Amino acid sequence: MTFAITVDGRSVPVVPGQTIGAALHAAGIRSWRATRFGARPRGLFCGIGVCFDCLISVNGRAPERACLVEAAPGDEVTTS
Amino acid sequence: MTDVVTDEARAGEGVTYDLVVVGGGPAGVAGALTAALAGLRVALVDSSARLGGQYFRHTAVPARAPGLDRFLRQARALSDRAEVLSRHQVWSVTREPDGDLLVHANSPEGGAVAVRGRRLLIATGAYDRPLPFPGWDLPGVLTAGGAQALLKGNGVVAGRRVVVSGTGPFLLPVATGLAAAGAKVLGVYEAGGGLGLARHPLLALGKAGEAAGYAVSLARHRVPYLTRHAVVEAHGEREVEAVTVARLGRRWNVLATRIVECDTVAVGYGFVPQIDLGVQLGCATRHDVDGSPILETDAAQRTTVPMVWAAGEPTGVGGWRLAEIEGRIAGRSIIAHRRAPGAGVEVAAGEVAGVLARRRDRWRAFGAALQQAYPVEPGWQGWLRDDTLVCRCEEVPLARIREAQELGATDARSIKLLARPGMGWCQGRICGYAVACLAGEPQQPPRRPIAQPVTLGALSDTDTPHDSAH
Repeated sequence: MTFAITVDGRSVPVVPGQTIGAALHAAGIRSWRATRFGARPRGLFCGIGVCFDCLISVNGRAPERACLVEAAPGDEVTTS
Repeated sequence: MTDVVTDEARAGEGVTYDLVVVGGGPAGVAGALTAALAGLRVALVDSSARLGGQYFRHTAVPARAPGLDRFLRQARALSDRAEVLSRHQVWSVTREPDGDLLVHANSPEGGAVAVRGRRLLIATGAYDRPLPFPGWDLPGVLTAGGAQALLKGNGVVAGRRVVVSGTGPFLLPVATGLAAAGAKVLGVYEAGGGLGLARHPLLALGKAGEAAGYAVSLARHRVPYLTRHAVVEAHGEREVEAVTVARLGRRWNVLATRIVECDTVAVGYGFVPQIDLGVQLGCATRHDVDGSPILETDAAQRTTVPMVWAAGEPTGVGGWRLAEIEGRIAGRSIIAHRRAPGAGVEVAAGEVAGVLARRRDRWRAFGAALQQAYPVEPGWQGWLRDDTLVCRCEEVPLARIREAQELGATDARSIKLLARPGMGWCQGRICGYAVACLAGEPQQPPRRPIAQPVTLGALSDTDTPHDSAH
């Protein structure tokens, strides 16, 4: 009932309907980018598309909000 | 459930809808369904994959939750009778020369879509109002609504050892939901009150059953509920590992502290109504009981701008029942307007007379009473240190805001120009309230010409109505 996405080459399980951000958070990956000035780690904060902390690049696309993008089988994401 | 819109032609090529609704929560769905059942051509645009908004957010295979079955039946009935555009993020609404309204949205495929309508219903909900504190940007610190969205929308428990903190009745369902899902909830720290669960304002407001339900659930999971307490600092290297919990004075000044080890924090200090689209269109605003800017509406849920209605949290935070009632009233008023466009207040008032209007007034009073029972006290500003980030996007610490004030910035707007809080990705949605408090003024209505980040390509497409993605 689950499928997999790849995070920096590592396989992460996803329950259909979960967002990329939820799948990462559930897998214990709680930050996936660093801020511009202080290089501070960031992941989910508002969880509903308001704060933009959780920006992530999926399949090489421009950064999107991980809390809004639903994961699809085979998605590849890279963290920084 | 209509949850996937793959064919952009469905955005309605050449169609002018009688009503376009923005927001797929209880207010938007009730308004859209009321109008659609009366035969109006309706489109509803929503950013999520599944209708529900925040309260009725659900997983792809919905779990059981109070009221959810009924909402899902409404959503299905709507999908059969109206155009439902899920996963579409609305970034602006513009007025055409003939008076029609164009709702511009990003489609899931990254293109631009414009939906044309004679009338607009703004039902865009609200989001958590966080307060800054040292370490609040550490991963593992989430808004209360964020933890709730993980659970309700994704079936993911935010953490193993969780601390819930902030103010307001929303902390209770968040804490009981997490505990029931298997998290160890180490405590609910309610900054306000001072009376404890036994005298929770929900009791005074005749919601004894609801309050007792939460009390029983917290007791069963051995979750301490402490008023006049709050998380005032989060500690950790790469993510949160512990928090400082403070006992607070009446104005939220710190009286005593202790450390609680945890891996997750859920914080929320009330809600911010999402009113950007109304402000863009020139709708009049006012301050709600708690100081939040909200859209001014009349008895028929009409804003001050012709052909624009609003329902739910953008007219004042009051919960899902109030939102649904306001949506239904707006729907009826819109039906009346289509039948007799020239008629004035009397027709609209006639349409909302009776039971529905009385129920709305009762729930509004309830919402206002809850806001009054949980004010944000100014002592939180004393939790901040010079290097505490106030604006997470532009990484603006308190010191830079104080510096701007010393340079002569007297209000939130000039602080923003000098120190850049609110100039980043979220456009001040997260820090706007805190910056206004630090400036010593009530929060002003947001001036955001664009409600969502949008590509230059989408902007250049905006003069092409309907489907311009290809």
